[in-house]
Amino acid sequence: MNRLCLLAAAATLFAAPAFAQDDTITIGMTNSLTGPLNVDSLGLQRGEEYWRDEVNAAGGIKAGGKSYKVKFVTYDDQSVGGRVQQLYTRLVNQDHAQFLFSPYSSGLTAAAAVISEQYGKIMIDAGGAEKKPFLLGNKYLFMVITQADDYLAGAIKALAQKNPHARVAMVYSDDPFSKTVLAAAKGQAKDAGLDVVMDESYAPSTTDFGPIVNKIISSNADAFLGGGHYSDGATLARQMYDQRANMKWISILVAPGDDKFAELGGAALGVTVPSQWEPQVSYKPDFGPTTAEFAKGFEAKFHAKADYHAASGYASGAILQHAIEQAQSIEPEKVVAALNATDVTTFFGRVKFSTDPASHGLQVAHQMVLAQWQKSDDKLVRQVVWPQQAASAPLIYPISASQ
Amino acid sequence: MDSPITPQAMETVMIRRPSVRGAAIITRPFFWLITLVVAIFIVTPAIGNNVELRESLLLAAVYITLASNLNLMLGYAGYINFGSIVFFGLGGYICVWLVNSYDWPLWLALLAAGVGVSALSFIFGIGILRLRGPFFALSTIGIVEGVQAFVQNFTPWGGSSGIYISPAVFAPLGGPARALWVVYFALVAVMGLSLYLSYAIKTSKFGLGLLAIGQNEDAAAILGVPTPRYKALAYSASAFLPAIVGGLYFFKGAFIQPSDAFDLTLSTEAIVICMLGGQGTVTGVALGAYLYEELRGYLLTSETFSHFQLVVAGALLLLIVLFFPGGLMGFIYSRFPRTQRLLE
Amino acid sequence: MLGIIASLIDGVLVGLVYGLAAMGLTLIWGVMDVINLTHGTMIVGGMFALYLLATALGMPPYLTLPPVLIGGFVVGVALYWVAVHRMIGRPPLMSLLSTFAVNLMLIGIGTGLWGTALFNVSVSLPGLSIGRYTFPGAHILAAALAALIAGLLYLFLHKTRLGKALRAVANNREAAELVGIPTTKLLAIAVGCGVALAGVSGMLIGTLFPFTVLSGDGYQLKSFVVTVLGGFGNPVGALMGGVALGLLEGAVTPFVPVSWTLVIEFALFVLVLIAFPNGIFARRGAL
Repeated sequence: MNRLCLLAAAATLFAAPAFAQDDTITIGMTNSLTGPLNVDSLGLQRGEEYWRDEVNAAGGIKAGGKSYKVKFVTYDDQSVGGRVQQLYTRLVNQDHAQFLFSPYSSGLTAAAAVISEQYGKIMIDAGGAEKKPFLLGNKYLFMVITQADDYLAGAIKALAQKNPHARVAMVYSDDPFSKTVLAAAKGQAKDAGLDVVMDESYAPSTTDFGPIVNKIISSNADAFLGGGHYSDGATLARQMYDQRANMKWISILVAPGDDKFAELGGAALGVTVPSQWEPQVSYKPDFGPTTAEFAKGFEAKFHAKADYHAASGYASGAILQHAIEQAQSIEPEKVVAALNATDVTTFFGRVKFSTDPASHGLQVAHQMVLAQWQKSDDKLVRQVVWPQQAASAPLIYPISASQ
Repeated sequence: MDSPITPQAMETVMIRRPSVRGAAIITRPFFWLITLVVAIFIVTPAIGNNVELRESLLLAAVYITLASNLNLMLGYAGYINFGSIVFFGLGGYICVWLVNSYDWPLWLALLAAGVGVSALSFIFGIGILRLRGPFFALSTIGIVEGVQAFVQNFTPWGGSSGIYISPAVFAPLGGPARALWVVYFALVAVMGLSLYLSYAIKTSKFGLGLLAIGQNEDAAAILGVPTPRYKALAYSASAFLPAIVGGLYFFKGAFIQPSDAFDLTLSTEAIVICMLGGQGTVTGVALGAYLYEELRGYLLTSETFSHFQLVVAGALLLLIVLFFPGGLMGFIYSRFPRTQRLLE
Repeated sequence: MLGIIASLIDGVLVGLVYGLAAMGLTLIWGVMDVINLTHGTMIVGGMFALYLLATALGMPPYLTLPPVLIGGFVVGVALYWVAVHRMIGRPPLMSLLSTFAVNLMLIGIGTGLWGTALFNVSVSLPGLSIGRYTFPGAHILAAALAALIAGLLYLFLHKTRLGKALRAVANNREAAELVGIPTTKLLAIAVGCGVALAGVSGMLIGTLFPFTVLSGDGYQLKSFVVTVLGGFGNPVGALMGGVALGLLEGAVTPFVPVSWTLVIEFALFVLVLIAFPNGIFARRGAL
C-alpha cells in the first residue's frame, strides 16, 4: 500500500498545474446541471455564458493597457453543498481561477462563500439571496441581486392595497432561502395589517401537497404566499388548482419566474412571482447593453426567452467587468476597492454594495418587481404588475377574474 | 446473517486467525506500515506548501476514516449499515454548534462530538441491533432519514438553514490559511487512529468474536461469543472516529446544513469502498478509499464522464459483487498468498 | 371537523397507491428474500413511460397501463438475470449491493437522458367535492385502479397454477424444486411481476404528481415504510400498510406542522421494525 500511495502522491505532485495565460481571466463556478435546482441554475449559467461570449467578441476586458479574454471553468455540483466546497477548492487551487461566480441557491452559495473567503478570491453572487453569509464579516463576497428579505415586500404591498383584510397562508419549502423570505414577509404582512392564518414549511422533496392544500383550505385563507424553488413551487400551484383551493391571491417564489411554468396551463393563471428582472422593465443603462439588446441577443443565442436568472447571471459578469475596468487592474485588492465603490445602472437595474463591515457585500440598490401570469391572445404571458410606475399591465385581483 | 455461502476468496480473508497474538502491537510490521502511510500523508503535501495535493489527500483521509469504521460493522460483523453518515453528520453538528454558540475550543468540541455520538449510537444500537440482515439495513436507512428530518426542524441547530461559522473562529488557529493545515493534520491523525483501531480490533479476541458473528451469528452465540454486547460495542466504536472527522470536516467548511450532513450518498460510497477494497481487511479498505476518491475526483471533473459518474460507480460495484466478492485484497491474496502474512 | 375527514379520505386515496407501489417490493422479498433497491427507479420508469407514451405518442394516459405492465415485466426479468440470479443463496448483503449497483447505473443513465427537470402529465377529470374540499378525479381513479390491481394480484396468486407455484417457491424453494417446479424460471417471473407492479404504480402516481428522474428515492422510502407496516412478503398486507400510512399522514397533518410528518413517519418506521421485525401483518413464507 505504501508504495502505491507514494506513486499516486508523486503523480499528483508532478502533474503540471495549468497556469492561466497572462491575458486571460479565469472565472470559476459550479452549476447545478443535475439535481433539484437544475431548472433555475440553467438560466443563471446561460446568462453568464452569454456575457462571456459578448465580452470576448468585443475584444475582452480592458484594464491597465491589456485586454483580458474571459475563460470559464465550470463543474456540475449536482445541487449538493458538500460537492460545492470540494469543487470550489479545486477551482481555486487546481484551475487557478482568479475570480468566482456563485452557484445557484442560497444554501450552495453559503457553502461556496466559505472557500472564496478562505482563499481570498472575489466571488460575485447572483444565485443566493439570503443575507446570512454577508453578516459574517466576509470581505470578498458581493451580491448583485436583491436580498431575500425584500422578495415579497412588493407582493404584500400590492395585496394589502387590493384587500387590506386578506387572510394569508404562508407555506414554504424548508430551505434557507425560502425560510428567510417568508420570515421577513411575515413581519411585513403584519405591519401591513394582514392576518397570517397559517405559517408552515414543508420538506423540499415533497411531491404530494394534498394534505397541505386541505390544511390551507381549513385555515380559511384567501391569499397564498410561499413556495421555494422550481419543482416544489410548480407542484404546489398545480395541486392548489386541482383541489380548488380558490385562493384570491397566489404569490409563489422562483418557480413562476421560469417560462416552463406556463406548461401548468390554468394552474398558472393569475399566479404572481417576485422577480429580479423582467424584460418589460427598462432601465437606462450607464454600462453594458440595453434591455432590448440583451433580450434579443439572448434569445438569438439560446432560442429561449431570458428570465430573471439569466439577467442576473449576465449582470454578475457585467458588474465584475465594470469593476475591473474601473480598477484598471485584476489585483484582487484593487478590484475589491472598485466593487466597494460601484454604483452603476445596467439593464438589470441599479447595483451598489453595502460597505458597512457588518453587512459587507450585500446588495443595497437593486429593486425587484412583481410579475403575474396573465392571458393575452389565448397565450399565457408574464406581465409586470408592481410597482405601478413600472407596470406593463394592470394587476388582476382576485385570481378568478383572470379567466 | 444465516449460513452464508461465501466464495473461497472471502473465506480466506475472514477466517484467518490473528497471526502473532500476544505480542505487543508496536512490534508488528503492519503497525509500522500504517505509521508509514500516515507519515506520507503528513509529509508530501507539506513539502512546498502544496495546497492542491493537501485537498485531495484530505478527502481521501475522510473516506479512509469513514470506510474503515464502517468496516468494523460491515466487514467484521457482517451488518450492513446504510446509516454511517449519521455519525459523521451528528458529529459535525455537535462540534460546529459547540464551537460557534458556546465558544468551545475545537479540541474539546471534537471530543464531545465523538463521545456524544458514540453514546447515542450505543443507545440506538441496543434497539436496532436486534434486527438481522436486511432488516437491520432498512432500519439504518430509517434512522438517517428520521435524524435528518428531525434536525431540519431543530431550531437550536438552525433548522434547515444550518449553522454558519464566522471566519473569526479560525483566528485562534492562526487565520484561515493556517487553520486549513491544522485541520488537515488533525484529520490525518484521526485517519491513522482509525487504521490502528481497525487493526487492533481485528487481532483481538473482540475482533475474532465479530468475525465469528459475521460468519454465523447463531453458531457464534452458541460457542460463547456475547453477541449482543459485541455488536453494540462495535456499532458504538464505529461511531467515535467518524463523528470526530465530521466535526473537523464541517469546521473546515465553516458551514453545516442537514442536507449535506446527512447525505445518504456518502454512506453508500463508504459501502462501495469496503466492497472495492475487500470487506474485512484493513489494507483493502484504506486502499479502496484512496482509489475511489481519486477515481471520483477524475469522473466528477472530466468533461466526458461527469454525467456518467454514477454509471461508472454502479458498473464497478456490480462487477465486484458479481465476480470478485473479495474485492481488491481478495484478488491480491489469491494471486500472492504470501501477502496475507503482511497485509491485514 | 370536515377538514379532518377530508384529510383522512385523502390519506386513504393516496395510501392505496402507496400500497400498490410497495406490493412489488414485498412480492420479490416474499419469494426470494431479496430487497430490490432498484424499486424506486422502476417506479420512476413507469412515470417516464407514461410521459413518453402520453405526450410523445398521444395515448390517453390510462391506456398506457397495459404497455407499462408488460414493459415492466420484461425489464424485471432482465433485472433478475443481470443482478439477482447469481445472488440467490448468497448473503443478503450481496443482492442488496447488486440491485443498488444497477440502480446507480439506471439513475446515471436517466439523468444523462432527461436531466433532472420536472415532468408533468396533466390529467383533468371531474373531481368530487365535500364542502370546500375537493378530491381530484385522478386521485379517485388512481386509488380505484390500485385496489383493482391488488385484487387481481390476489386472485393470480391464489387461483392460478402459476400463482400457486410462486407461493410454493416462496414457501420452500427446495421442496418446490423436488416436486418439479422450475424454480429459476419462477424467480425470474416473480421479479418481473414485482417490477411490473412498481412500474404501474409509477404510472398512476405520474397522473397525480409531477416527477423527476430522482423522484424514486422518496417513493422507495415510502414503500419501505409501507412494507414494514404491512408485513414483509405479504402483498395484500402491503395494501393495508399503504392505507395505514395514508391514514397516518391524513390524521397527523391537521394537527402537527407538516415538516414534522417525516420525523413521525420514520420514528414509527424504526420502532415498528424493532417491535415487529417481520412487520405487523407478517405471514412469512406464505405470501
